[in-house]
Amino acid sequence: MIQIDALTYSYTNGPPIFEDFNWRVGRQESWAILGPSGCGKTTLLYLLAGLRFPSGGRILIDGQDLTRPRPKTGLILQDYGLLPWASVRQNAALGLRVRNFYGPDGTHSPRDFKQAGNVNPWLDRLGLLSQADKYPGQISGGQRQRTAIARTLVLQPDLLLMDEPFSSLDAPTREGLQVLTRELAAEHEITLILVTHAIEEAAFMGEKILLLGNPPNRAATVISNPDAGQPDYRDSVEYQQLCRELRSRLGEQ
Amino acid sequence: MKRRDLFLAVAVLLVIWTAAAWIVDKAILPTPLTVARVFITELGGGLPRHFLASLWRVLASTALAIALAVPAGLVLGQSKRMDSLFSPFIYLLYPIPKVVLVPVVLLFLGIGDRAKIFIIFLILFFQILVLVRDQAASLRSELIQSVRSLGAGRRALFRFVYLPASLPAILTALRQSVGTAVAVLYVAELFATQAGLGYYIFLNGSTLFNYPAMYAGVVAMSLLGLGLYFGVDWLEKRLVRWQSAP
Repeated sequence: MIQIDALTYSYTNGPPIFEDFNWRVGRQESWAILGPSGCGKTTLLYLLAGLRFPSGGRILIDGQDLTRPRPKTGLILQDYGLLPWASVRQNAALGLRVRNFYGPDGTHSPRDFKQAGNVNPWLDRLGLLSQADKYPGQISGGQRQRTAIARTLVLQPDLLLMDEPFSSLDAPTREGLQVLTRELAAEHEITLILVTHAIEEAAFMGEKILLLGNPPNRAATVISNPDAGQPDYRDSVEYQQLCRELRSRLGEQ
Repeated sequence: MKRRDLFLAVAVLLVIWTAAAWIVDKAILPTPLTVARVFITELGGGLPRHFLASLWRVLASTALAIALAVPAGLVLGQSKRMDSLFSPFIYLLYPIPKVVLVPVVLLFLGIGDRAKIFIIFLILFFQILVLVRDQAASLRSELIQSVRSLGAGRRALFRFVYLPASLPAILTALRQSVGTAVAVLYVAELFATQAGLGYYIFLNGSTLFNYPAMYAGVVAMSLLGLGLYFGVDWLEKRLVRWQSAP
C-alpha cells in the first residue's frame, strides 16, 4: 500500500528529520507511529497525506508517486478541523460537496465519483443523528471527533491517516473511539495509520508500531503487536508487557 | 431585543420631541405630528427621488467596498509577506477621518455620483479590509490542511472556507460603519449636487426656510440609516446563525 524509499526530509535551514528512511505498509494493516514530540511523526503523516513533499527519495501509495493529496486518503487531525459555521451534518457532507463542486476530475475527486449527498447512514453509524443540526461549538469533543471521522469515511477512503486524534478526550471517550475506529477500519477494509505520543494508545491500536526517535530517523524500528485491537486486549499480560517495553525504549532515546 | 421594547422607546422619544416642541414653541422645532403630515405630503413630491439617490450611493459604494476589500483582506490574512508589505500603509491610512477628504475627492472626481460613492467606499473599504484580514489570519492552518485533505484546491477552499469565514467580518464591518457612511453621505451631498437627502435637508433648512420639510428630510435620512442597520442585523441573523446559537 505504502512504499517509502530513501526518504530525506528537512525543514528549511533545519537538520534532516528523515535521512535515507525506508518503510513499507501493507494493505489493511493497522499501524501506530509512536515517538516523543519533535521526532517527526506528524511530519511523516503530512508527507503521506501529500501536504508536504520529500527533499529526497520518494513516496509511493498504491504504486503511484505522491504529488498532491490523494482522493482516497483520509486525514483526521487532533483539533478535528471542523468548520465552526457549519452544522454536524454539513461538516460531515463537506468532502462530498467539495467533490460535487469539482466533479469527477481525477485530481480533486476520484474519476468514478458520482454526485452524492446523503450522509445520514454515516451519522447514524457514528451515533450523531440526534446532533446533526448542531454546530461544532455546541457538542462534546468526542462528538466532534466522530463528526470528523464521519466526514472522512463518507468519502470511502482506503487509507486513513490520524494525527493524535483522541489526545484531547477523556479516557472513556478515548477508549470508545479507539475501538470504534478499529471496527470501522476493519468493516471498510481501510489501511490505518495513527500517530500518537501515548504509549497505551499505540499498544492498543497498532498491529505494528513504528518507533521514531530523535531526528534524524534513518532506520525504521518496527514492533509487531498482532493482538492489538481485541476488545479485552487491554487487560492482557501481553499488553502490559508491550507497554513496559515501549516505555523503556522511549526512555532510552 | 424585544419588538415591544423598541416600540416603547420610539413612543418615549416622540413624547420628548413633542414636549420640547411645545416648550421651545418656534418654527425651527415643529411637533412630530406636523413633520409627519409634511413627510406624507412630500412622499408625493420630491422626497422619494432624493431618498433613492442617497440609497443608490450607499448601496453602490457598499457593493464596491465588499467586492474589493474582501479579496484583498483574504490575501493579506493568508500571506504574511503581503501583510507585512501593506500593513504600514493600512496602519497610517486607516485612522484618517475620510470625511476631510470630501473636498479633495470632489475636486478630482467632480460633481455627480462618482465622488460621493468613492468617499463612502473609502470608509467601508478600510473597515472591511481590516476585519476580513484579521478573520482570515485567525483561520488555523490545521483547518485549512484538513479541508485540503478532503480534496479541496484553491477554488473550493475559497468557496467552502474563506468566503463563509469572512461573512461575519463583512457584516461586523458594515454594522460598525453604516452610521458613519450615512453621516459622510450627508456631508458629501451638501456639495455639487441637486439630488440626495443631504441636499434636500440643506435646501429646505437654509434656502427655503421650510422647516417641517427639512425635518421630513432628517426623518428620511434617519430611516435610511436605520433601514441599513436593520438590514445588516437581518443578514447577520440569517447568515451567521452559528455565532448566535446557544
